[in-house]
Amino acid sequence: MSAEISTQSDPAVAVSRPPHPLAEFWYHFKQNKGALLGLVVILLIAVIAVLAGVLAPHDPDIQYRDAILSPPVWQEGGTWTYLLGTDDIGRDMLSRLMYGARLSMLIGLIVVTLSLAVGLGLGLLAGFFGGMADVLIMRAMDILLALPSLLLAVVVAAILGPGLTNAMLAVSVVVIPHYARLTRAAVMAEVNKDYVVASRVAGAGPLRLMLIVVLPNCLAPLIVQATLGFSTAILDAAALGFLGLGAQPPTPEWGTMLASSLQFLQRAPWVVTWPGVAILVTVLAFNLLGDGLRDALDPKLKR
Amino acid sequence: MLRFILTRVSLVIPTFLGITFLTFILIRLVPGDPIEVRVGERGIAPERLAAFRHELGLDQPLWQQFLDYVGHVLSGDFGLSLITHNPVLSEFVTLFPATLELALCAMLFATLIGLPAGILAAVKRGSLFDHGVMGASLTGYSMPIFWWGLLLILFFSVALGWTPVSGRLDLVYYVEPVTGFMLIDTLMAGDYDAFRSALSHLILPTIVLGTVPLAVVARMTRSAMLEVLGEDYIRTARAKGLADRRVIGMHALRNALIPVVTVIGLQVGTLLGGAILTETIFSWPGVGKWLIESINRRDYPALQGGVLLIATSVILVNLLVDVLYGVLNPRIRHAR
Repeated sequence: MSAEISTQSDPAVAVSRPPHPLAEFWYHFKQNKGALLGLVVILLIAVIAVLAGVLAPHDPDIQYRDAILSPPVWQEGGTWTYLLGTDDIGRDMLSRLMYGARLSMLIGLIVVTLSLAVGLGLGLLAGFFGGMADVLIMRAMDILLALPSLLLAVVVAAILGPGLTNAMLAVSVVVIPHYARLTRAAVMAEVNKDYVVASRVAGAGPLRLMLIVVLPNCLAPLIVQATLGFSTAILDAAALGFLGLGAQPPTPEWGTMLASSLQFLQRAPWVVTWPGVAILVTVLAFNLLGDGLRDALDPKLKR
Repeated sequence: MLRFILTRVSLVIPTFLGITFLTFILIRLVPGDPIEVRVGERGIAPERLAAFRHELGLDQPLWQQFLDYVGHVLSGDFGLSLITHNPVLSEFVTLFPATLELALCAMLFATLIGLPAGILAAVKRGSLFDHGVMGASLTGYSMPIFWWGLLLILFFSVALGWTPVSGRLDLVYYVEPVTGFMLIDTLMAGDYDAFRSALSHLILPTIVLGTVPLAVVARMTRSAMLEVLGEDYIRTARAKGLADRRVIGMHALRNALIPVVTVIGLQVGTLLGGAILTETIFSWPGVGKWLIESINRRDYPALQGGVLLIATSVILVNLLVDVLYGVLNPRIRHAR
């Protein structure tokens, strides 16, 4: 009798065991075709960025004086030597775009890391300690949020002086409040739950409580925001470059490339078209991925 | 009700002081002495330098300078532009209507297209139309608008010659500024050719500035509608035999609009930020272009005053939305 019961319940146990969180995440994520597409495009751009030195057909800074404003290969007068054409001083567009991918990915990575680190820290402090620390930090974040983000970035870049590093700093400052708010909200939702109280009673110090007990359970919204943060960073840094406050020529940053060949817009539309397409595709890919992550990580929308 | 409004207003005061402090500090972070910027590289006698510093209050302690600054700001004195020597406030007030007109048109554009598109997408969930709207809105949301503006100029202004490339009005027309809104001023003057010119100048900048809000409004409307359509009262309304049109228009839309209105209000900041890029591309004579020019001319008082004034208008609009929201929705007024 007892043997019978055990044989009956065995398969039931195997079926009802919850899947590994990662496997469950992947199951939900891969159903979203857009997010998969975004992931593939991002991986592709990342590979191009890393291997730009090998893949690029030309040096991005060499000026081919005999091929100034050469059109893309499929247009009248285009050659296979310069697949996407050349710019106003004869530099190969494709090579510059590839090196630009390296810059944009780097911008995204640095901005997200910097703003995430600061915002996470501030949010943890505010959510965990509450009281005066909470009021001071969140008021400061509200002030930053009251300014239109691009305006704030423009002002910070103008004051620090134009340049890629300062542009990255400016964009990072602007997005800190988003991470701080998200972290604070997530921490406040977690901090009074039983498992936190239990480890507090067991004698865990504030640092351990914050970083090891609470933080891992607050990560889902932050991962989504960080992914979307890549697109904001790339977009805003390109806008600063376009306004002359970001990377300076001859740096092959996409926004800067666009701005420096503006006067050739009518004669040679490709010098303006390609950098824009590159920005759009990259930003779109990160937004697709972010949306997919949100759907897969948000338990409210699951099932 | 009054208490609710007063609470909201009092919450804004520290934010305003914070912004004032921020602009005050930011300008002091500029490398180089403000006197040197003004005098140039020729140098200046030490006595005159001291007199200058005293005149500008730069010999006072920092907190004293900040209090003076707040006092000036509250009495409407935002300083003089280094280049034109006009009061910053009067320059801002002259240019602001141009930005406001553009921003309002962009918001109208975004709402008039985004709202119906979002509703339809939600009602026909999973259809080709739904996928189209979602794809388009994600693309719009990811658009580098400075590039988008250039493409539109290239196509509609250069290739087709339909719209002018820059400015607010053709040079042959002159209209006395009354409201500062070109569309209204030309109509009031009864000059319909000028009105047509103003309208054609507005179209492309409106589309460019309205693209991101359009995407946001469409997405938000869709998801709010989807959420509401799943509620029990919608099932009840359907069950008692109401027509689809009535269920969606009366029961669903009203409740779905609440988050959408908030999002539209929050887009004001995005619009004023986007105005910097849009106005630069289209040479639109508004505050965004003026700010960028001030930066390029190192006109720091103008930059400082402009940023403070823009931030103040964003705060005020958000306050207005907040209060309006409470008036419209009692649940929020009485919460906490």
